[in-house]
Amino acid sequence: MKRLYSWGVAALLAAGAPVAAQADVAADVQQQCGSCHALTHNYAAESIAERAARKAPPLDYAGNKFNREWLVSWLQKPEPIRPAGTFPPAHVQAGADGDTIAADGLTKHPALPAAQAEAVADYLMTLTPFTKLIQAQNYTPGNIALRMGKMNFGKFKGCDACHQDAPGKGGVSGPELYTAWQRLQPGFISAYIADPVVWDPHTMMPKGDLNDDAVHKLANYLKAIGEK
Amino acid sequence: MRNIILAAAFLATSGLAYAEADHGEQLYQTYCTQCHGVNANGKGINASHMSVQPRDHTDTKEMSARTDDELFKVIKHGGKSINKSILMPVWGGNLNDDDIHALVAHLRKLCCQKN
Repeated sequence: MKRLYSWGVAALLAAGAPVAAQADVAADVQQQCGSCHALTHNYAAESIAERAARKAPPLDYAGNKFNREWLVSWLQKPEPIRPAGTFPPAHVQAGADGDTIAADGLTKHPALPAAQAEAVADYLMTLTPFTKLIQAQNYTPGNIALRMGKMNFGKFKGCDACHQDAPGKGGVSGPELYTAWQRLQPGFISAYIADPVVWDPHTMMPKGDLNDDAVHKLANYLKAIGEK
Repeated sequence: MRNIILAAAFLATSGLAYAEADHGEQLYQTYCTQCHGVNANGKGINASHMSVQPRDHTDTKEMSARTDDELFKVIKHGGKSINKSILMPVWGGNLNDDDIHALVAHLRKLCCQKN
């Protein structure tokens, strides 16, 4: 209730006093979002134990990662992106036929009113510590045949062991990728596939040995399924 | 039933267990259990979506057939490096050699130190 009240106050401020509200939105994001999402951190200086303690993905580079319009929409109607949560081992139950996700332990992201979603998205898009890394990408979105892209994504690169490329199709420990093209900036997709460790030293995404063409081929597949 | 009880115990104590685990076990829980399972039996949450099933790390016979050097190599350079599935990723870009040695030591505990 306290959280809703706080967001409500911020929404009123956003509607009535833009300049003051902007500062309040920043403060509210720090206070409310920051209770689960890291907005500042130094993971490289911490032990791997910090990975298990995360309640939600870091947002300190949100402005280099997300598409603003997707943020605005998702914040109003949040849907799970990571089927097994931020730290999958904490949401797993073992059974005779194998491990399954203990869904009741997963937390639901709060939905924001439209005005607040806009304000929060605007603030998050200012968080851009990796702009040079994005600018260094030489990725120009292109096309790939769905069938070829799927074969590359699954059989050749094994991405589907952890990621879904369609609802219910693929592994569940990583974020689903069938909305990745709407959700993520093309430069981020390219840079993160190429070297996820630069973005997050404790990422569960393996830093492979893909060359630029291979990275771009995977990124183009996300584009193809995103535009399907 | 035993598995359910084990899982319940894991969930109830996972935070504590993780904090108290040694480095190799923490790495195993973070990077390996999604495919190899929280009980290391090869039945992780991703396993049913994989065309090649992950190794059961509690299988003493199979694991004893692998040298420490082979385990180190497959973690660092991926399944392809020992002519196994590409579904076993290359972890050498995420983990340093000390991390990988700690993982190999943990694998030996899982496979070959029976209570």
